[in-house]
Amino acid sequence: MAEQKVTGHHILLRHRDIPDIGKFEVYTAQGGFETFKKAVTSMEPEAIKQIVLDAGLRGRGGAGFPTGRKWMFVDNNNWPHYLVVNADESEPGTFKDREIMDKNPWQFLEGIMCSAYAVGANDIYIYLRGEFWQLAHQLDEQIQKLHEENLLGEKLFGTDYSLNIFTHLGAGAYICGEETALLNSMEGVLGQPRLRPPFPPAVGLYNKPTVVNNVETLANVALILEKGAEWYRSFGTAESAGTKVFSLSGRVKKPGNYELPLGSTYRELIYEYGGGIIDDGQIKGIMSAGASSAVIVATEEALDTPMAYESVPKLGADLGSASVIILDQTVDMRWLINKTIHFFKHESCGKCTPCREGNFWMQNLTTRIWEGGGDQTDVDLLHNVAKNIQGKCLCALGEFSTMAVVSSIERFSEDFKV
Amino acid sequence: MNTLQEKYANEIETILAKYPADHKQSAVMPLLYIAQREDGYVTKQDLVEIGEILGMTSTEVASIVGFYTLYHDKPAGKIRIQVCNDLPCALRGADEFLEKLCENVGIQVGETTEDGLVTIEAVMCLAACDKAPMFQVQTGDGIEYYEDQTVESALELIEGWKTQEKES
Repeated sequence: MAEQKVTGHHILLRHRDIPDIGKFEVYTAQGGFETFKKAVTSMEPEAIKQIVLDAGLRGRGGAGFPTGRKWMFVDNNNWPHYLVVNADESEPGTFKDREIMDKNPWQFLEGIMCSAYAVGANDIYIYLRGEFWQLAHQLDEQIQKLHEENLLGEKLFGTDYSLNIFTHLGAGAYICGEETALLNSMEGVLGQPRLRPPFPPAVGLYNKPTVVNNVETLANVALILEKGAEWYRSFGTAESAGTKVFSLSGRVKKPGNYELPLGSTYRELIYEYGGGIIDDGQIKGIMSAGASSAVIVATEEALDTPMAYESVPKLGADLGSASVIILDQTVDMRWLINKTIHFFKHESCGKCTPCREGNFWMQNLTTRIWEGGGDQTDVDLLHNVAKNIQGKCLCALGEFSTMAVVSSIERFSEDFKV
Repeated sequence: MNTLQEKYANEIETILAKYPADHKQSAVMPLLYIAQREDGYVTKQDLVEIGEILGMTSTEVASIVGFYTLYHDKPAGKIRIQVCNDLPCALRGADEFLEKLCENVGIQVGETTEDGLVTIEAVMCLAACDKAPMFQVQTGDGIEYYEDQTVESALELIEGWKTQEKES
């Protein structure tokens, strides 16, 4: 792996500052699990929700929804409550949750434990993609250790609060990263999205109020409670508080995870941390949120744009999960969309006709356009099919499948001239 | 007689205890992994037995097998080498890696070596985009990642597995 530059802002990738933080004793020597104990013994759940809301923490899975607000939607007239951790990390270009859970597991676990207390859940399920097999076994051992240390189990610290954590392995399906598909998958039925509303905080796992949050989101929580909302807001921008782990991949010299304050620019990420383009080539495009991202033309203005929830939309894309895939001048956009459509065609769950059939037809077209024999009619037809999928599907997958296609045809039209 | 239930009684009990008693169906995914352990794929008999344990029809269990990529309903090599050639990995040479690996092993993508040991498959993103070319190896016992690979290092691994297989 390429040498990682120390950023000095590690809230999540703290193992890069404290190498042995994956050891229980090292984590507790840093004050680990004191926050959880303090929360359970002396804080009201509603007060914790308010701190997380005040901190400005937003969902790191991609949607950017304020975490504290999501927690406040939990129906307190219906019990039990569940916390489900989305560790399905399957967006092409995203590999941050894996590093957090693998290298800084206790902070992740303390974060989800504090969060469970805040939302009134006594059971946490961590839904990991099936490929994270070894990680799930590692977490099982760590959960066992927490039971031995009396940090999990019945009547914690002499209170009435009980908490258990269970891991659940998926089996290879991108769609299960969508929260209602994930809940269906956990219930043992096909992992297809549900009609919303009702949203999971009202009707979720086993029809009970459920909070579904991403790994990275919850890995922040213990430190926010320890150091306060104001401390967290000292990082990032007014609308995008805190730091974010940017998964940098594609045509850069030093791909990897880089934790930076939100509002850092693409230029900093790509050139300062990522070492620039392979063979010092010319940057062509940026996919800001993995394969489901619209492709940004890498102009000087784009490179100087802050990576924040409010800024990236000005470039016609989204911050999303901040999986930044870099394209250089060697990349032909016909090849690129053939790759992304191959992915979405494979991962469409089949529930909604526009996504299922649309991706089938888009794949036929992208194959023909890339492998030869395609003409301008095919490009126009592809654009038309993609536009007709938009806004017509139950979940975001249908929409995602069209983003690279439409933006590539519109913004990189020279690649599509026959 | 329910072979799975008899053979893995304790393990199945532990799995069922993770979920509320009236939601046993949640255990279908972990039980499918157990069923795959011996032969690397789920047999028709397994579908029936899992259905019996969880109160599902075998068709319902089969639909779960069909929905996910890590469950298999047909036998293949003991070792499934699953190479990611999705967009981020392909930008770092995964397509060429896959092609050359297959060429050297003497099979096409999706095929199994004559000795029945190795199947090479192309799969979607495995969340290791900064360490391409990479693959995961799926056997009945689980999944392991192999990152920052070259064709040479991958061929060495395969040779190693072949030797192990002969010795066992």
